[in-house]
Amino acid sequence: MDFNDTPEEAAFREAARAFLAQHAEPCGPDESAPAFGVATTPEEVERCQTWQATKYDNGWACLTWPKPYGGQDATPIQQVIWNQEEARFRTAPNIFTIGIGMLGPTIMAHGTDAQKAQHLQRMARGDDIWCQLFSEPAAGSDLAGLRTRAVRDGDEWVVNGQKIWTSGAHYSRWGLLITRTDAHRPKHKGLTYFIVDMRSPGIDVRQIRQVSGASNFNEVFFTDVRIPDENRIGEVNEGWRGALTTLMNERATIGARGLGGFTPETLVRLASEVETSRGRAIDDAGVRQRLADFHVRASGLKYTSYRTLTALSKGSVPGPENSIGKMIGGPLRQQMAAFGMELQGISGSVADPHYETQQTYLAAPGGRIAGGTDEIMRNIVAERVLGLPAEPRLDKGVAFDEIPSGNR
Amino acid sequence: MNFDFSDDQKLLQTATRDYLEDRCGLEVNRSVLEGPDTMSAAIWSGAAEMGWLGAVIPEEYGGAGFGHLELVLIAEEVGRALAPIPFTSSGAVAEAVQIAGSNEQRSRLLPGFADGSRIGALALAGQPWVVGPERLGVVYENGLLSGHKIAVGDGLSANIALVAASSDAGPVLVLAELDSPGVSRTPEESVDPTRQCAVVDFASAPAELLGEPASGWNLLQRILDRAAVVTAFEQVGGAERALHITREQILARYAFGRPIASFQAIKHRMSDLYAAIEIARSNCFYGAWTLANDASDLPLAAATARVGASEAFNLAAQEMIQMHGGVGFTWEYDCHLFYRRAQHLGLALGPVAEWKDKLVDRLAAAA
Repeated sequence: MDFNDTPEEAAFREAARAFLAQHAEPCGPDESAPAFGVATTPEEVERCQTWQATKYDNGWACLTWPKPYGGQDATPIQQVIWNQEEARFRTAPNIFTIGIGMLGPTIMAHGTDAQKAQHLQRMARGDDIWCQLFSEPAAGSDLAGLRTRAVRDGDEWVVNGQKIWTSGAHYSRWGLLITRTDAHRPKHKGLTYFIVDMRSPGIDVRQIRQVSGASNFNEVFFTDVRIPDENRIGEVNEGWRGALTTLMNERATIGARGLGGFTPETLVRLASEVETSRGRAIDDAGVRQRLADFHVRASGLKYTSYRTLTALSKGSVPGPENSIGKMIGGPLRQQMAAFGMELQGISGSVADPHYETQQTYLAAPGGRIAGGTDEIMRNIVAERVLGLPAEPRLDKGVAFDEIPSGNR
Repeated sequence: MNFDFSDDQKLLQTATRDYLEDRCGLEVNRSVLEGPDTMSAAIWSGAAEMGWLGAVIPEEYGGAGFGHLELVLIAEEVGRALAPIPFTSSGAVAEAVQIAGSNEQRSRLLPGFADGSRIGALALAGQPWVVGPERLGVVYENGLLSGHKIAVGDGLSANIALVAASSDAGPVLVLAELDSPGVSRTPEESVDPTRQCAVVDFASAPAELLGEPASGWNLLQRILDRAAVVTAFEQVGGAERALHITREQILARYAFGRPIASFQAIKHRMSDLYAAIEIARSNCFYGAWTLANDASDLPLAAATARVGASEAFNLAAQEMIQMHGGVGFTWEYDCHLFYRRAQHLGLALGPVAEWKDKLVDRLAAAA
């Protein structure tokens, strides 16, 4: 049991470091690269694209992709090592993870040769940014309950409907869109998957303001949008298969992101500063019990991710313990941020730029909902890891247009 | 990154598990629970034969000469079987002799621990509640021990105790043979009779000093930290067994036309329990590494492992009863074997609240 790289991993890490040192500034001691890449202005988007192109042109982008599509056929552990090294440098936000992590692999698995040739290398280089048009106002956790319609008209499909929570749609060039093409079949059996040109007439992207004040995601309205049939991924009414590939790739992304910069150590430093009526907060018994609870969970998540990395390093599939990361990490982050604000007393209502407790707290609910809610993660662990049976479903085998859905 | 046990270590774990599955079903724990014995002599001598008791004792003293990574995996299996043996208590005393004993003490005492003839227990509390330097209840003077210890886990099974005592030089650790004249023991009603607690009275009983007199309290903390890691594996093993038995129960039990395992309320609680156990296990892995490498952050890792494992095992045992429904609350069903063991192990080295307090000291020192 040790924490060292294998000689091959060490060599890879060295090479990564050398490239990064040549092209970027290292982060300061207290700095850490943001966990999730966001870009707000066109200038920021361009900066992200420049960095992606630099990596691509030097063979450091899309590492785990096959070489013909712009990758390096690297192993998952090499991707992790790269991510670790890149995080130590000030580069640019990575706004390409949705495309490169999920949508590109979907096209590789289900797309036509023409589609692969047209899109993959441009996606890898960051020349085209992609978004995932999945969730809708009436379909989030129950994604297959989606309603955006695509109706065939000659060589084209006419799409009407609305997607929501679409990250990056406001700067994306292309998207993968899952639609309903037959409402008379059960919900999973009437879906079709398309590549959509985000510059098509009839597409209206509206940014949504989040609780945290940021606007990283959008509503996307489709009004008589025409999609050529050659942009279809997979067979008509068989789109769920492609969507599952996309979702599997989403889950396969390791939660090596972890808790980012806001950790129990952050709270220890804060509590050491804060004065209560009985002395320093760090000396208060109640505070200490909470800090210990946070540490046990954060530490447990960190070492669970190390177990996952070990499996990857050996070329094996990570174990099921990997699935607890999001389930535990989301609420933990929220609780820690809340506690950080609480430690500050009345002044906790005012933003503290040094510890960022308020910002973390306002952003925290998103982590418990996006990419699989806490509740869905519990279902997944129960059903796929523990092998417990699914509940009976009222919509199983029922034609989509006969499924109850509240206010239609 | 190789944050895992080796193939050989895992083979050892499997062999340990297979052996205990064959010979130490839950009925063995129950036989001690319900009968006059305070441990299973048969399982103890089997453990000695298999080399488990001497796992980290050097071969020159009759041990197997393995390391702590092997020891903790054995502990996990002992925990999984709810084996009614003082494996971790005796192991803690053997470990104390190993790290703090003189060469003479080591060569005299360790062989007995390896072959099972010496069975150790930790005698810490002199009074109820916190164990502190002013509350040790026994005095060590002129090589003799006098006073009163309570809640000595495995106190009747053991024949040698590591005793925390007051002295002219401050708190010291001494080893006392429990069959000596001047030592008398009385059973106490214990939450886990398979780890029976006892009052131990010392009336000028002979005892030998372990380690330097001036550093007795620090030595005690070191021993507790090391024992905490090994015990944490015992706790995780027990928690996982409880989870598996509960899973079988909820799959088999039908209500309202379907297995109760298909109800989301049940499923979500099982997921939460699974997560608590995996978090504990991951913290245990790191604790094991620090123990095996005598790393400087062993104290923090030990506290983290102990807190996580104690909470996971208690949760597992409580959920086990709850998800079994009425039968979970019967003597006849095995749920309470876990309920008792979990609570006892969560207390025996000091309660979770105290370890959380220690944890924060250690975390703050590192921050």
